[in-house]
Amino acid sequence: MHRVDHQDNIVEILNASFSYGGNEVLHNVNLNIHRGDYLALVGGNGSGKTTLLKIILGLLTPQEGNVSLFGQDIRSFRAWERIGYVPQKATSFDPLFPATVEEVVLMGRYGRRGLLRSVTDTDRAAAEHALEQVGMLAERHTLIGSLSGGQQQRVFIARALAGEPEIVFLDEPTVGVEQSVKDEFYALLKRMNEELDLTIVLVTHDLVTVAHEAMHVAVLDQTLQFHESAAQYLARARSHPHL
Amino acid sequence: MTLIELFQYAFFVRAIEAGIIVALLAPIIGIFLVLKRYSLIADTLSHVSLAGVALGFLLKINPLLTALAVTMVSALGIERLRAGRHIYGESALSLFLSGGLALATVLLSMGRGFNTELFSYLFGSLVTVTQTDVFMMAGLAAIIILVIAAFYKELVYISFSEESARVSGIPVDRINAILILLSAVTVALAIPVVGVLLISALIVIPVVTAMQLRLSFARTLLAAEVYSVASVLAGIVISASFDLSTGGTIVLVMLAAFLATTLLRGRAHDTGQKRP
Repeated sequence: MHRVDHQDNIVEILNASFSYGGNEVLHNVNLNIHRGDYLALVGGNGSGKTTLLKIILGLLTPQEGNVSLFGQDIRSFRAWERIGYVPQKATSFDPLFPATVEEVVLMGRYGRRGLLRSVTDTDRAAAEHALEQVGMLAERHTLIGSLSGGQQQRVFIARALAGEPEIVFLDEPTVGVEQSVKDEFYALLKRMNEELDLTIVLVTHDLVTVAHEAMHVAVLDQTLQFHESAAQYLARARSHPHL
Repeated sequence: MTLIELFQYAFFVRAIEAGIIVALLAPIIGIFLVLKRYSLIADTLSHVSLAGVALGFLLKINPLLTALAVTMVSALGIERLRAGRHIYGESALSLFLSGGLALATVLLSMGRGFNTELFSYLFGSLVTVTQTDVFMMAGLAAIIILVIAAFYKELVYISFSEESARVSGIPVDRINAILILLSAVTVALAIPVVGVLLISALIVIPVVTAMQLRLSFARTLLAAEVYSVASVLAGIVISASFDLSTGGTIVLVMLAAFLATTLLRGRAHDTGQKRP
């Protein structure tokens, strides 16, 4: 039975604040992400959700506050192979880039393999397994630029899974994707969370769909407004539609 | 003069050796520069290398060595300026390109370097390559190929997505700096083959041509190697047979290969679309 371990915090954010120049984007944010959770981090444009994600991933450093991953301060954190990431606009990469689906998914193994070491049969097997999980194994020799947007999304999830991470962050993964593909995509994420015990953090502004899929919802507007179960969020959203 | 007769001349054999070394090396660096949209770096470094050549004339030491030193120092400067993010990447390149050329002209005027020897550096002159040059080129090329092989998978990932590579724990800034440093060495090595003004063509065109074939990354690199070596060899032979500029002929052969590949690729694509 899949469950969230509230005692095991994969991510801990304490009083984090961040400004671009003099413009404060995040103010005093506190958030814990538990093992096994499927958390939707939602908010409107400029709410700071992508900035918060970049702080968690070590791409930005907060001017104030602390962030730890797996109990370790992010400044000394090195076990990046425990983290999977599907970036915003992942599918708006250069369509002429000469790489097959297999080559792209293998990139997800590079952090685990380490510098100066070439890929092994184990890496290839892990990449194949990840492609199988997202139903894209048959396309492994196809050029990534030849796939549809929905198929590319699956490949990028496979790349994140190939590294055998414990948590996967997805930044606005369904922007510009049609509804039927979105539904399929969310079903896939739910399956990953339930069957693989993968902790999922989904950054999005697609509030209603996500509230039906995620277990918890964190609402951000420069600071954390709510962090509650999806059911609580939906109930509140019904009584206060402006939220 | 027949091909067999040409091979009886030591200078021609050395020209072929130097040509093959640089032809093998250029796409290995070029594929990453092109995919990272760094193509202009090759052009900038080649103009900067002219300042190095001029410095060699002035100090009366081998211009290839001074070009190597000046290009490497400039490469580090460009990368530092870009990484500092206080200036746009293209503006940093523009500063170094015009600065390099300006310094070259001043140094050349100081050392009365505007002479016929300058033309061999501007447009390439394989006949002047010595056996020592060939050994130096082979040694440096081997080092570059080994370093690229060591960081191959990281370079592929960074070229595809710098942000994702960073999240995977790959030291993106350090690997970018290594790539630019190796590009600087490649530019300096390519001077005798095509000359300062045509180096970027050698680095960019075979890769862009191979990309028309729509292959995997590994096969694109292999195809670029084939295009590069074949074009350089054909260019050397044609230029020697008809007494033409070697650098210019090589680049024109490369452009012809690009055009032919693009046309054939377009025709194959049309045929494929007409199939039921």
